Amino acid sequence: MLRAISFRLLSLLLTLLIISVAIFIILEVLPGDPAAIMLGTSSQPDTLAALRHQMGLDQPALLRYLTWMAGVFSGNFGVSYTYGVPVAELIGARLTVTVPLMLMAITLSLSVALPLGVFAAARQRGLVDLGATVFSQLGIAIPNFWLGLLLILFFALKLGWFPAGGFRGWSEGFWPSLQALILPAVALAVPQSAILTRVTRSAVLDVMNEDFVRTARAKGASRNRALWRHVVPNALVPFVTILGLQISVLLAGAVLVENVFSLPGMGRLAYQALTQRDLIVIKNVVLFFSAIVIVVNLIVDSIYIVLDPRLRASA
Amino acid sequence: MLKVSALSVDIVGSDGVAARIVDDVSFDLAQGETLGIVGESGAGKTMLALAIMRLLPAIARPSGEILLGGDNLLALSETDMCAVRGRRIGMIFQEPMTALNPAQRVGTQIAEGLILHRSLAQREARQQAIDLLERVRIADARRRVDCFPHELSGGQRQRVGIAIALALRPGLLIADEPTTALDVTVQKEILDILDELVSDLRMSLIFISHDIGVIGRIADSTLVMLGGRKMEQGPTARVLRAPTAAYTQSLLAAMPRRTRGSLARTQEPPR
Amino acid sequence: MTASTTIARAPERTAAKWLCDHAKLAGGATTTALFVTIALTSLVWTPENPTRVRILAKLQPPLTSGLLGTDHLGRDVLSMLMAGAFNSLSIAALSVAVGMTIGTALGVAAAARRGLFEAVVMRLCDAMFAFPPILSAIMAGALLGSGAATAIVAIGTFMVPVFARVTRGAALQIWAREYVLAARMAGRNNFAITFVHIIPNIASQIIIQVAIQLALAILTEAGLSFLGLGVPPPTPSWGRMLADSQTYLGLAPYLALAPGITIALAVLGLNLLGDGLRDYIDPRRRLGG
Repeated sequence: MLRAISFRLLSLLLTLLIISVAIFIILEVLPGDPAAIMLGTSSQPDTLAALRHQMGLDQPALLRYLTWMAGVFSGNFGVSYTYGVPVAELIGARLTVTVPLMLMAITLSLSVALPLGVFAAARQRGLVDLGATVFSQLGIAIPNFWLGLLLILFFALKLGWFPAGGFRGWSEGFWPSLQALILPAVALAVPQSAILTRVTRSAVLDVMNEDFVRTARAKGASRNRALWRHVVPNALVPFVTILGLQISVLLAGAVLVENVFSLPGMGRLAYQALTQRDLIVIKNVVLFFSAIVIVVNLIVDSIYIVLDPRLRASA
Repeated sequence: MLKVSALSVDIVGSDGVAARIVDDVSFDLAQGETLGIVGESGAGKTMLALAIMRLLPAIARPSGEILLGGDNLLALSETDMCAVRGRRIGMIFQEPMTALNPAQRVGTQIAEGLILHRSLAQREARQQAIDLLERVRIADARRRVDCFPHELSGGQRQRVGIAIALALRPGLLIADEPTTALDVTVQKEILDILDELVSDLRMSLIFISHDIGVIGRIADSTLVMLGGRKMEQGPTARVLRAPTAAYTQSLLAAMPRRTRGSLARTQEPPR
Repeated sequence: MTASTTIARAPERTAAKWLCDHAKLAGGATTTALFVTIALTSLVWTPENPTRVRILAKLQPPLTSGLLGTDHLGRDVLSMLMAGAFNSLSIAALSVAVGMTIGTALGVAAAARRGLFEAVVMRLCDAMFAFPPILSAIMAGALLGSGAATAIVAIGTFMVPVFARVTRGAALQIWAREYVLAARMAGRNNFAITFVHIIPNIASQIIIQVAIQLALAILTEAGLSFLGLGVPPPTPSWGRMLADSQTYLGLAPYLALAPGITIALAVLGLNLLGDGLRDYIDPRRRLGG
């Protein structure tokens, strides 16, 4: 078991390394002169030379890459050109917004999708099933940033229950901060739960037809017991798979939703760094995002082993 | 103890067209008797068994009467039927490889019936599960009880299936082609176990198979089915030696000569 | 044997029944065809010039000036939506074309070659999945600036692993079939087998994915335009219309409703088309939901 985990960790590090090389090549090697890109076409030669020196562009690419990687492992991501503060500090501050937002979105979508998908499958062709199908079709068609706008329109502007945007910070109070995250979390959660409902329903339907469900009923288990004790635990594997794949989609959604609601999160940081052409920040933020996705995939793989005992033998 | 009268099962398709897959079947089963139901694939044998258990798929509609000790099973509510399944009737299925929940330990699955019907505590139920595993001749039962199904062979899984069906000592056991998916050497063992347990526990057994040789070995009386209808019924010895229906004759004729000979020999001393 | 009854059906009921059974396919195909028509029409005609700025007529609600009103610069919303349809559909189509071509090539090659090649390709795909289009777009945007090219590169990059995965999986199943084995024994090389046997048999799967990925591409393009990473003004784009509408959300809510509903309808139509095709091609799935 321990060997399996350490093997996966190693594989994770390897993938991250490959991705970091890719990011480095795309953002620093390909453009030719990253400093020129950052400063734009109308830059003075002096400022250009100064920035080049600050970024260490006079050094060979391999050395720059290794310096960056060494920095990453020691927690030093460099200094942001536009903000003048260490990138690590920026990322840290932004995470306090994005991580709770993600968690709220995931919790919301799970608590809707799982029960809805299971009930829809259990009472196939019933009213719940129809509702679930309509919900999932509409949910995946609606852009999450548009949903954000609609939520602002109704719940913030018309009803005044929630703020229309902005985030003062956790130090300003727990409840106001939470309130500021609710509408964005809903905007993120709706398309998520639409997809997850479909997956759950389809997974449960598949498992419901398996032989061992009949064996359970033959023992005297009621339909409900067979559903929740036998079907659902076996339907979780495809569910968890899709959930894992959805993380990168969720992160992408965060970029959009944080912009709609003006939340100072990682997504908005990525976007702002783009508009300001701050390659240093972009480089590290993209690496960070990728790391999150890969770590989540590792967690998902580990969850599989718990869910499906057949996988334990090969692990 | 079981009286089936005019049992029919219709399958209703989505376009409203109905097909009758079990057609007006009637038979009686006495306490402690073993009834063999034989017929080719598609003859309706499994549907008959599922109808008795009320585990037919939603598109199948049964009609007729199934009296188990005085209760008409077809008229019971689902809740009452849940109390019958497992406790008064146990069922063993054909495919041991898929009949067990892959995510649950074998002991848990055996104990489930005990906890459901008798509200046993976990510890007691587990002990009984170990005892049952020993009864079905699984070696090293104390360790095996915590195994997952994929850690067991097909023959072992089928024995677990028997243990599950017997856990509550039901009066009636239905075995739907329990040996068809197993190797020949394993088949014999499973049949021996069934034979022994059924006589020890004085249970009635309905044994379904397409293999008339197996039926000849184990059944007191035989019912021959074709196309959902009962072709012939009677004491096994008589049916095998002097079948009245043409279909039964062709079934017997289809057996390899050697097997037929040894089958005839097993029928000599009437059971 | 078994008794069964059949009911004779009138021909009109059969056509209506076909439509009912294949509601998704019919609905999806109709909606998509509608959007394609609108997009192509916008090239030759729109009610007003979508880029014409008329400050005096700004922020007019629907039906007072034009069918859907005007935006903060006095531009006609309906015309912008029509021109935006062409923008979204063409960028989506190009991205999916890029992704499908490269992805399918990689996928069938991986299925044919197996071994190290396949392993490397699949690992690369896994790594690419970690990059949602938004991130690729941000990186591409930093280098290339905003524009159609950025959007196509970003979205297309994400489509490649999707198609590679799907085609590889489907191709592997065909490789295992007996007529392929027969072809191999007859001496056909992998290249020929791929073109003659594999691709025609996975074509239906590819078409289904194309429909689904087109929907995703439209959604992503809208998101990129929203962030300013799509086509630059004055070319109308649905996403940018939504971005502009936020400032006037309280004043002119219809500015946010119109483009959003349009995007949702276009995506819904393509999704239904993809699902409908899938059900049509493999009806067994329908029984299981």
